Amino acid sequence: MGYNCVCRNSHMDHVGALPYFTEVCGYNGPIYMSYPTKALSPLMLEDYRRVMVDRRGEEELFTTTHIANCMKKVIAIDLKQTIQVDEDLQIRAYYAGHVLGAVMVYAKVGDAAIVYTGDYNMTTDRHLGAAKIDRLQLDLLISESTYATTIRGSKYPREREFLQAVHKCVAGGGKALIPSFALGRAQELCMLLDDYWERMNIKVPIYFSSGLTIQANMYYKMLISWTSQNVKEKHNTHNPFDFKNVKDFDRSLIHAPGPCVLFATPGMLCAGFSLEVFKHWAPSPLNLVALPGYSVAGTVGHKLMAGKPTTVDLYNGTKVDVRCKIHQVAFSPHTDAKGIMDLTKFLSPKNVVLVHGEKPSMMTLKEKITSELDIPCFVPANGETVSVASTTFVKAKASDMFLKSCSSPNFKFSNSSQLRVTDQRTADGVLVIEKSKKAKIVHQDEVSEVLHEKNHVVCLAYCCPVKAKGESDNDVDLIKQLSTKISEIMSGAQIHEAENSLQVGSFKGAVCLKEKCMHRTEIISCSEAVFLCCNWSVADLELGWEIINVMKLNL
Amino acid sequence: MLNLCGFRILIDCPLDLSAITIFSPVPYDVGFEASEYLSDVPLDAHNPIQKKQKLERQLTPADLVCAEPWYKTVKALHLWEASLIDIVLISNPMGLLGLPFLTQNPGFCAKIYMTEATAKIGQLMMQDLVSMHNEFRCFHGPGYSCFPGWIKDLDSEEVPASLKKVVFGESGDDLGSWMRLYSLDDIESCMKKVQAVKFAEEVCYNGTLIIKALSSGLDIGACNWLINGPNGSLSYMSSSICVSHHAKSFDFHGLKGTDVLIYSDLSCLQSAEVTENGCVSPDLDNNYLSTIRSDKKDDDLAASLLNTEDSLEEMEKLAFVCSCAAESADAGGSTLITITRIGIVLQLLELMSNSLESLSLKVPVFVISSVAEELLAYTNTIPEWLCEQRQEKLISGEPSFGHLKFIKDKKIHLFPAIHSPNLITSWQEPCIVFAPHWSLRLGPSVQLLQRWRGDPKSLLVLEGGLSSGLGLLPFRPIAMKILQCSFLSGIRLQKLPTLFSVLQQKIVLIPDAVNQRINLAEMKTSSILNYSENKTLRVPRIADNPSVEITTDLASKFSWKKLRHRENFGIARLKGELLMEDGKHRLVTGLEQEESSGKARPLRHWGSVAPESLLDALLKMGIKGSIEHSTRDNDTKDNSVIHIANPNRGLVETSEIGTAIIAEDENVASQIFQAIDGILDGI
Repeated sequence: MGYNCVCRNSHMDHVGALPYFTEVCGYNGPIYMSYPTKALSPLMLEDYRRVMVDRRGEEELFTTTHIANCMKKVIAIDLKQTIQVDEDLQIRAYYAGHVLGAVMVYAKVGDAAIVYTGDYNMTTDRHLGAAKIDRLQLDLLISESTYATTIRGSKYPREREFLQAVHKCVAGGGKALIPSFALGRAQELCMLLDDYWERMNIKVPIYFSSGLTIQANMYYKMLISWTSQNVKEKHNTHNPFDFKNVKDFDRSLIHAPGPCVLFATPGMLCAGFSLEVFKHWAPSPLNLVALPGYSVAGTVGHKLMAGKPTTVDLYNGTKVDVRCKIHQVAFSPHTDAKGIMDLTKFLSPKNVVLVHGEKPSMMTLKEKITSELDIPCFVPANGETVSVASTTFVKAKASDMFLKSCSSPNFKFSNSSQLRVTDQRTADGVLVIEKSKKAKIVHQDEVSEVLHEKNHVVCLAYCCPVKAKGESDNDVDLIKQLSTKISEIMSGAQIHEAENSLQVGSFKGAVCLKEKCMHRTEIISCSEAVFLCCNWSVADLELGWEIINVMKLNL
Repeated sequence: MLNLCGFRILIDCPLDLSAITIFSPVPYDVGFEASEYLSDVPLDAHNPIQKKQKLERQLTPADLVCAEPWYKTVKALHLWEASLIDIVLISNPMGLLGLPFLTQNPGFCAKIYMTEATAKIGQLMMQDLVSMHNEFRCFHGPGYSCFPGWIKDLDSEEVPASLKKVVFGESGDDLGSWMRLYSLDDIESCMKKVQAVKFAEEVCYNGTLIIKALSSGLDIGACNWLINGPNGSLSYMSSSICVSHHAKSFDFHGLKGTDVLIYSDLSCLQSAEVTENGCVSPDLDNNYLSTIRSDKKDDDLAASLLNTEDSLEEMEKLAFVCSCAAESADAGGSTLITITRIGIVLQLLELMSNSLESLSLKVPVFVISSVAEELLAYTNTIPEWLCEQRQEKLISGEPSFGHLKFIKDKKIHLFPAIHSPNLITSWQEPCIVFAPHWSLRLGPSVQLLQRWRGDPKSLLVLEGGLSSGLGLLPFRPIAMKILQCSFLSGIRLQKLPTLFSVLQQKIVLIPDAVNQRINLAEMKTSSILNYSENKTLRVPRIADNPSVEITTDLASKFSWKKLRHRENFGIARLKGELLMEDGKHRLVTGLEQEESSGKARPLRHWGSVAPESLLDALLKMGIKGSIEHSTRDNDTKDNSVIHIANPNRGLVETSEIGTAIIAEDENVASQIFQAIDGILDGI
């Protein structure tokens, strides 16, 4: 798929390098993003650039114009919209949960199909739905496995803990700082708080630090169709992203008296505004820092979560006393092990590749997938190549007669204890390939025509003596008698009787009155015995002989 | 109605809402009109002289039926057995309005597809219709579900012909399509049966047909359909607009190259009527044709389709409406806008508010509809369904439609009904009111029209196509100004040749009525067939034999045979299970594959058996025989007979068309068969 790029969600670890890729590296193939991702990633990119350059003083990888130019090249796609990228490649996006606009990507080249999940979430959270995908025929499923061994219980106790921690803090007159990324987590927690504030009738202000998160809210409001069912239903009467208690934060409010809740970017307390606020608020034991999600090692957020430090080194060498309370919000928008297993089971792909996560737990999950679901699973290291067999179909044109013959059912009735009817139709045809022409499937009756040949019917014949000439010569009785004999010995044979003939499949026998029949081998004259002149096709070779043997016994 | 691969597909199920103009509106003012009407009826019935007079005179409001209205659905829909429909495709919100009539039917079990936006907007429109209709119900009292009395009344002679035409249709057989309106519950149960899709989402029906909705640009969520089956592909083109300022534009690239195109955009008929009136020059036609003859490249053609002339014209029309409204507001008159096409309403709202602001006119804008709030909120949450400019707004973080801001600023007021309690407090005239319904029989527009009809400063904005005679009848005499505007609701006739040559279909189906208006005979690219109402048209299959995909594991099991006489051919017997998946035939390994592969024996043979070589072959097997030529049959057949004596008696009879093995002994027979099989080619 080397020439095609699909961005699955607008977290920094997914779009972070895109402008660099397109504007600096010179990639000029198509770029696809979901609508929300396209709307939100410029914000994220710009924020990222600012943090990198303006605050940390690193050399910039790309500029604001790079971002703008890059986004112009992006083609926005909707869920389930099927896009024919070129003649061979077809892509389709499925809802992935995780963050607004996150999608799983289904890609099909020729007959081979894969799904790349990106980050996904198999449970509905406060504002986003669970990942949703059709049952597809896949050669390969590439799944994230950030939490390859974790199995999470219900979210409600953890939500309650968080709310109680924040409530306790503000009730005591403290300030609660929630450092978070602009997208996803902030909205989820804020919905939680806003709702709680309504119910408990709390008047403490909730602030959003920069315009960034407020603006992100705006997008959330417009992109209702990408949120959870619950939100969608509610939004007719009240848009849940119209937070009632949320206000914009002003720098001067850092030192304002009284309790408040502040959402500040970036998460993990790695730089920027959230860190600045932390510096001021951390020394007070009344205050609270609630850390949602994962923090990268080395960040202040990670240090706070790791233990209970009394002082923390900021990046520029200053130390801060930490006397405030620390609360870890333990819900993540990544799927847990059960989710990965459920998805894998649902899709039943021919192969699974796990990416993203810690090696030991990924190996554990791999074992589980191989043993429980019996699907080959790979955990490639970075740079390692995995090859899997892909589906290909041999294509051929089918004649109408063949298709028609396939569509007529072939019922078999078996009567053991209950009557069972089974449709045992098989597509029975002949594949003909002429050099430098397309393969063709025809019905067996058409083969000779395709080959420009004349049919040559090969059949067997035998005029069989069935009864000594005797007293009551009644053809009808004779046929009846034979037919009972045949059905006695060959169960299941369908015998059609007529006045002086009988038929089983292609086997036909008729009372022969000729004095000398071609098909008679013995020289027994018609006056000595009654003959049944039989012929049958090669297809019923065995059947024919069986009947002959039965009839000979009658003699 | 379409029959494809044995599946019956119904496309669109609208209501003929113009037909309800035969009903008189609920009289709000006083009992004045109603009593007048009542006194009229007995007079008519008993006085034959008056009857005659009535036939000759103009229609009066009294002629309108004063009863709970019924609704006219698709002609001849009631003649279809609902349970025989397999698929229903709805291409725009208007096409949804009649659907509950169909789904009410207990036998109905078809799969219904429409876009998400169509489903939502259509549902809101139906709910609005029902709530507006309830006013009638309140007025006329609870109805009875049996045959309504008014139809009987209408059948009598004194009823004017124009009314009769609406009720009974041109040929007088439309009566069956009148239905009593559904309820909210019916709508809900109908919508439960709907499968909503996104643009370009592929849905697979029964494993056979792959159905895809592509934007048509007419309205938000409106679409054309692409249906792919094993026997070819078909596209259905409803009214489409190339460049739209609200909905996502006409996606004609997606329709390209299918085998068959059903063109069912009848909107051009209306515009053609305008040309007859001399408003638009019809000469354009030839110009377009000549451009095609000059064999322009595809892209150029596509570009000419996308030329913005039409859309500019549309914008001008909207701007004109706005300026008229502003003018009358300036003069102290109010404006009533009864347009129901949601995209146009949204654009108008935006433009109107902007122009009022720029003119610094302090005129309130009211939107009165039971679903106004929900609808307007909804339209700002669906950027995926809108045109590119509005999608750009999403990227820059602005709402898709401007009304949001004005609602917040209290410049646009939304009310569910005209009797909403808050309406009076904020009501102020002059004002601009958006109110359904364009038929001028239902909803708040009736009341407002009755209020303003005498005011020459006021303005009524009507959607074109409403026969103003019947529509405005109950409100005459009217002093207020009337602006009838017809908005583009399809591809212009002149563009058809260009469109068809871009789409490059093998067969194009065009309604009779359209074909009469335009000469497409000069089109070389595709063959054009006409279809007409109530007639079945069989379209020949164009694609050659359908293709079948064979799984590799089945293909690897084939035992290939080289033919003795034809080296170019390779043949193999094929046994498996034929499935239908994703609209493709697929051959997979069947259940009894293993069992049957054991006793493989050629069953079909061709060529001929030379007696001599057969004798040789038999001799190698240790069977001796002798040849006897015989022409016993008097026919042209040339029979040869080989007598076999050793090891057992037997006979082989062979001719051009076949060979018979006659033997008493089973083993001998099968040996002979093997010998013959060795000589002939077979499978």
